[in-house]
Amino acid sequence: MRLHDFRGGVHPPSRKHLSAGRPIESLPLPSRLHIPLQQHAGAPALPVVTVGQQVGKGELLAREQGVTSAPLHAPSSGRIAAIGEFTAPHASGLPLPTIILDTDGEERWAEREPPADPFALSPEEVAHRVGAAGIVGMGGANFPAAVKLSKARQAGVHTLVINGAECEPYVTCDDQLMRERAGEIADGIAIMLHALQAPHAVVAIENNKPEAVEAMSDACRHDARIEVLSLPSRYPAGSAKQLIQLLTGLETPAGGRGTDTGLLVHNVGTAYAAHRALRHDRPLISRIVTVSGGAVPEPRNLEVPIGALAADLLAYCGGVSDERARLLMGGPMMGQPLPGPQVPVIKGTNGILALTPDEIGEAVEPSPCIRCGRCVDACPMGLLPLELSKRARGEDWEGIQALGLNDCMSCGSCAYVCPSHIPLPQYFAYARGMLAAQRREEQKARRTRELMEQRQARFERQERAKAEAAAQRRAAKKPRTAVLEADED
Amino acid sequence: MIAAMMTLTVLGSLLGLLLSLAARYFQVPSDALREDIMELLPGVNCGQCGYPGCGGAADALVAGTAAPTLCPPGGAALARALAAKLGRALDVSAGPPLLAEIDESLCIGCAHCGKLCATDAIIGAPKQIHVVLQEACTGCGVCVDVCPTECLRLRPQKPTFESWCWPKPALAGV
Repeated sequence: MRLHDFRGGVHPPSRKHLSAGRPIESLPLPSRLHIPLQQHAGAPALPVVTVGQQVGKGELLAREQGVTSAPLHAPSSGRIAAIGEFTAPHASGLPLPTIILDTDGEERWAEREPPADPFALSPEEVAHRVGAAGIVGMGGANFPAAVKLSKARQAGVHTLVINGAECEPYVTCDDQLMRERAGEIADGIAIMLHALQAPHAVVAIENNKPEAVEAMSDACRHDARIEVLSLPSRYPAGSAKQLIQLLTGLETPAGGRGTDTGLLVHNVGTAYAAHRALRHDRPLISRIVTVSGGAVPEPRNLEVPIGALAADLLAYCGGVSDERARLLMGGPMMGQPLPGPQVPVIKGTNGILALTPDEIGEAVEPSPCIRCGRCVDACPMGLLPLELSKRARGEDWEGIQALGLNDCMSCGSCAYVCPSHIPLPQYFAYARGMLAAQRREEQKARRTRELMEQRQARFERQERAKAEAAAQRRAAKKPRTAVLEADED
Repeated sequence: MIAAMMTLTVLGSLLGLLLSLAARYFQVPSDALREDIMELLPGVNCGQCGYPGCGGAADALVAGTAAPTLCPPGGAALARALAAKLGRALDVSAGPPLLAEIDESLCIGCAHCGKLCATDAIIGAPKQIHVVLQEACTGCGVCVDVCPTECLRLRPQKPTFESWCWPKPALAGV
């Protein structure tokens, strides 16, 4: 396959050597796991367990609500200690409804159906089982994988792209997964191809991971449908839209989906989870997380049960050596700053980073925009970040949408090259929040109008009912008095 | 020449008369703006703005004697729409929206507040603790005045996971 190119992008120092090549280790089972009900795009899951209940490993804890949602399973056996609120792994530090599980250390599996041959199942059934295993996009977008598979099959997708680009600095979990478990990933790809009924798959890996390219090439040799490609390393090659552009030269239309170009992108971790679900009937209850950063004494790639706290992971890697370190979930370009180490790992967590002030760079006071246009050159979506931030600063919400705010994916390339140190993505996040607040207000105004009309209608109904009742009483009274009068006669 | 002058004078005065008559008898009442505003307003005549119903409020808005922020149930979204319609600046110095909240330790279940709420946002029965549904409350404050124990207060909304967003960067220049 001939490679194309995408515009813009940056070359941040990869710093992957800290954890690259470290074998995947299992995190010792924490005594308590915190499983947020909202770990995926869409509606939160609905708990089906009660406090005090004993659950086996892999038992269903919460079921999906609606089409775009995902179920949750017990990462280990134990007792449900509480269903309450717990800090979310999110910059806001606000709580989310969470199931808290006290583990018993027995790792006793709940009884599950023996797995069937996935290729004997219908494509719908395979997608259904992927959904029932709680699999969401493992690259960080957390979109339910089953929904993506069924929609893409209906859209007639011809190529499945397995995203092993892993362009974020520091993060090496996908790299290590491909090196150690390439055979399982290849089987997962074959299962996904069956669910999609697509003829072709491409595994795309950045060329800074030669060992992973080699391992995947070996594992996919027997299957002529799967091609392994080495990509030039440039951030954000791992973004779905940029990856599609690299492979086909096609640009995803604004407001459209990747499937509009005939390609579907899934993360390598998702392919591995599909293999686990269909071959071994194991739901998604653990994932590989890179713990790295200058403030982590022993950076590692860990296999972690969902719901383990970032503090557990950091403690296993030697603690945080610098108290000024900033904690991040995900990579340094697009990751979430964490409110503290007491937040759980969720299905989409690929990294926990503790970065020293040296790595982050000194806090430079932003200076005015000099309109050098470097952000325009760096923007992979072809937007004008300097003009967008100007609109956000002036609170011109219509203007910022007209300039394509919705196409911005917050990759941070613009801020990375800005010589004035302007926090451009934060302006865009602010604008998005304000626009969302406006939409909520408009919705509320519509709802208020409805409520007031309903109240008015109720009053009118009550008045009518009263008048009718009074009329009936009068009607009932009359004949009786007539009878009485007749008696007196 | 006199004939030409006479013809033009008579023609001019006749046409002028015709125009003035047409202006008087075929006049269209210019309340298109008022009708547009009536479309935007909730239209249930709750009277919280102080004008006699939504029609009175629309008249005051057209006349320019009322601010676009006059309608408590309409909220910020309506204020923005009205300001845009009237081409007037919106005074947004009001701060974050306030919503009613009941202090459950003080509520005696008198059930006075629920009857007045224009959006049925207060739930409760006589001698039971009442509660305000934040999703339905518009922060109009009618309930606050009738509460005999002063357990109803207007408070700023707490941010939720859905409503939280990044703050505007506090910077010297961009």
